[in-house]
Amino acid sequence: MMPYLSLAVWVPIVAGLLALAFGRDREPGPVRWIALVGAVAGFLVTVPLYTQFNTTTSAMQFVEMSEWIPRFGIHYHLGVDGISLLFILLNSFITVLVVWAGWEVITTRVSQYMGAFLIQSGLINGVFCALDGILFYFFFEAMLIPMYLIIGVWGGPNRMYAAIKFFLYTLVGSLLTLVALIYLYSVSDSFEILDWFQVPLSLRTQILLFVAFFLAFAVKVPMWPVHTWLPDAHVEAPTGGSVVLAAITLKVGGYGFVRFVLPILPDASRYLAGFVIALSLIAIVYIGFVALVQADMKKLIAYSSISHMGFVTLGFFLFSQLGVEGGLAQMISHGFVSAALFLCVGVMYDRLHSRLIADYGGVVNAMPKFAAFMMLFAMANSGLPATSGFVGEFLVVLASVRVNFWLGFAAATMMILGAAYTLWMYKRVIFGAIANQGVASMPELSRREFWLLGIVALAVLAMGVWPKPFIDVMHISVVDLLAHVAQSKL
Amino acid sequence: MTFAQNLLAVLPEVVILTAAALILIVDLFVADERRHVTYWLTQLALLVAACVTLKTMQLDVIKAFHNMIVDDMLADILRMTTFVAVSLMLFYSRSYLVARGLFRGETFVLTLFVLLGIQVIISGNSFLTLYLGVELMSLSLYALVALERERSGPAEASMKYFVLGALASGVLLYGMSMIYGATGSLDIDLVARSVLGGNGNSLLLTFGLVFVVSGVAFKLGVVPYHMWIPDVYDGAPTAITLLIGTAPEFAGFALTLRLLSGALQGMAIDWQGMLIVLSVLSMVLGNIVAIAQSSIKRMLAYSTIAHMGFMLMGFLAADLNGYSAAMFYTVTYVLTSLVSFGLIMVLSRAGFEADRIEDFRGLNQRSPWWAFIMLLVMFSLAGIPPMVGFYAKFTVIEAAINAGFVWLAVLGVVTSLIGAFYYLRIVRLMYFEDPVDRSPLETRRDTRTLLSANGLLLLLLGILPQPLMGICVIALTQSNFL
Repeated sequence: MMPYLSLAVWVPIVAGLLALAFGRDREPGPVRWIALVGAVAGFLVTVPLYTQFNTTTSAMQFVEMSEWIPRFGIHYHLGVDGISLLFILLNSFITVLVVWAGWEVITTRVSQYMGAFLIQSGLINGVFCALDGILFYFFFEAMLIPMYLIIGVWGGPNRMYAAIKFFLYTLVGSLLTLVALIYLYSVSDSFEILDWFQVPLSLRTQILLFVAFFLAFAVKVPMWPVHTWLPDAHVEAPTGGSVVLAAITLKVGGYGFVRFVLPILPDASRYLAGFVIALSLIAIVYIGFVALVQADMKKLIAYSSISHMGFVTLGFFLFSQLGVEGGLAQMISHGFVSAALFLCVGVMYDRLHSRLIADYGGVVNAMPKFAAFMMLFAMANSGLPATSGFVGEFLVVLASVRVNFWLGFAAATMMILGAAYTLWMYKRVIFGAIANQGVASMPELSRREFWLLGIVALAVLAMGVWPKPFIDVMHISVVDLLAHVAQSKL
Repeated sequence: MTFAQNLLAVLPEVVILTAAALILIVDLFVADERRHVTYWLTQLALLVAACVTLKTMQLDVIKAFHNMIVDDMLADILRMTTFVAVSLMLFYSRSYLVARGLFRGETFVLTLFVLLGIQVIISGNSFLTLYLGVELMSLSLYALVALERERSGPAEASMKYFVLGALASGVLLYGMSMIYGATGSLDIDLVARSVLGGNGNSLLLTFGLVFVVSGVAFKLGVVPYHMWIPDVYDGAPTAITLLIGTAPEFAGFALTLRLLSGALQGMAIDWQGMLIVLSVLSMVLGNIVAIAQSSIKRMLAYSTIAHMGFMLMGFLAADLNGYSAAMFYTVTYVLTSLVSFGLIMVLSRAGFEADRIEDFRGLNQRSPWWAFIMLLVMFSLAGIPPMVGFYAKFTVIEAAINAGFVWLAVLGVVTSLIGAFYYLRIVRLMYFEDPVDRSPLETRRDTRTLLSANGLLLLLLGILPQPLMGICVIALTQSNFL
């Protein structure tokens, strides 16, 4: 069998290195093609992961294992289950979009731009398929480097502040995680994540480890109150950076919860579930209101991301089949929708060089096709049925109503708030009379932009109309995960 | 043991000493424009010494000259790393030395004497041998720092270094004499046996230990014995800073290991507590003060203090895990320092020292390659994978947690977070800002090749760290360090 997972990790990285090595900044044509071919190849090698995936088992599949650092029993151990598979596909898919989105837009240091994105893509795939604690951490931290450079080099005016804030925030959490991983090694004598599912731990230890892991993943998700890096990073990052941040990087946090926190620390998770749920609800409701009053489109989408990710953590910590599946579906959907919205803002920004809602108005008159696309994505962001956004939100609300009516009620306000801030922004930007000369002169979507948005639109619709293929893949793995959560380790 | 067998144990030292004497004489007859003859002779001496070390390397522990000298795997490995470090230092600093009139025989000979001192420490098996090594190394270094006579900075740095260094040597010697008084021996093996057996006045031993630890801490440059580090790093010519910041770290490690673990393992409980204090203070103070620096050499000096504190955190686990972690940390730190100071010299020209952090501004536009190498260095120092600095941090934390110092590990990672801030600042300057100085960077081809290979090694060892980790473990187990 082909080592598909290794290919998923290394094909983009090698392509990125090639782009760096052969890129000439005076003549960016070839490097763009190298990057596109690399990204498409990176996506193609992940397709067999889906087509050959066995949905009847929760065991890890496509497993690759070899010794890496025998001194500490660390292995190069890759594998996917129903939980991680979709993220790898999503990431490889988004990478193609990002390379394509930066095609004509990025004109300075093209090779470094493309190289950074491709290397990052490979590293993120590594995060999702690593089954060794240190291998996971290796990818988890290494992926900070490209994003730091992406924000800092190609970002907006306040990019240096945003880049360093992004890096340090993420590092705060992840350094304690390293201590937690090594602690787990010292009690289990293994760095295998799957072995850690079986290690007995006292409640006090579990809570301490929970804090260490929680910090890392909560910053990544990001949960209120450690979310403040996200609006800054989003606003300052170039379009591609925002897309990857929202669509993929945030998912690493959510993935960390289901891969590490829930199965390894089940008792602490149940003990502290109320705390996490409370934070999630604050994110959903409070950040929803914050999003409502934003004047900057990217900031609005950033806050909307935090609010949507609140749904994810809420779903996870209800410990029910519906909740966890809803949370995972929400992450996939949000990957598509937030990426699409950032691409839309990017399209407008390239024309008018402003992200402020007030600078727009009546865009529909100049760009009708664009307005139609953005309408779809705005609807998906509000969780309208038949779009992907509906699936996850519906499942999570359903799961929370089963636990407690008022919990479900609070969660459902998200759907109202989400619709409010998204559609209100849409109305102010797209509808109405043409606001100014600039808007009137905005050219309609180019063919590249049309297909870019078209492909995402298809994905959003497909997942909304027929979510079964997505949910089926994860079903057995989630059942297995919940069995681990239910089993006390005391 | 015959005299020949004794000599065999110190053959690399004999080679270096002979070479130093020879080069001193040859240099008298070489004209200034042909000074490269002695330069290459020095490199040749290093090569021959390395070959001799490889050839005489064996797994047994050999004690020579009535137990004054030990020739074990640890000594061999550390000798090799020291040769590599000194040789690279000479390669990287050639243009720099030429531009400042320091490309002279004295520089080479003194460097070889520093090396000889380090070698003596590395293979010392008696308090006196160790002390002699320390003195030989330090005195040569004081002279090297002062070698650039035209500027006042180096002279001042040398004076500070000398005064504080002499004090520290005195303290070390005083401690050794107390331990001698308590155990009646200077031989490390006999001292170890005596301490483990509980013979000797324990009060006297503890006092001696305090002084020994202080002396060692000074040589390592950990808080509160760190004052000389920033001044000397900043004041010395960068080539000499490179020398001070690299090879002597091996001597510091060997000295700590031979004294604390070799002779005083029986008092591990006592020195663990002292090292905890030193380690914590160094990590906190080094990292925080480094933020405020505007000179890159000063910044790297405080960063060295912090890193040595981190290294001690592994050491104080006082078991094989801890010692091998500390050794791995030292080796990788030296590899990283070589590149960082090497790059400062690449950026420097005749009459211009690139010793301000600002001088790295916009380096990515001046030279994407050197910016990339510096990026590797900075992320390695910050301990971010896939650079080797991550594993250095990892092994040390593992050792600390394994020995039950979880809180210390947490403190260590928190301070390394502070450290990340100033390393990232360099990356920010190089990548996010535009250059002020756009003059092209010219480097000799051999410097360019070796410096690039050295930089890429940080990445390569970060992806495949096992060989180096394995070497550290083998060196220590074969030399009977638990």
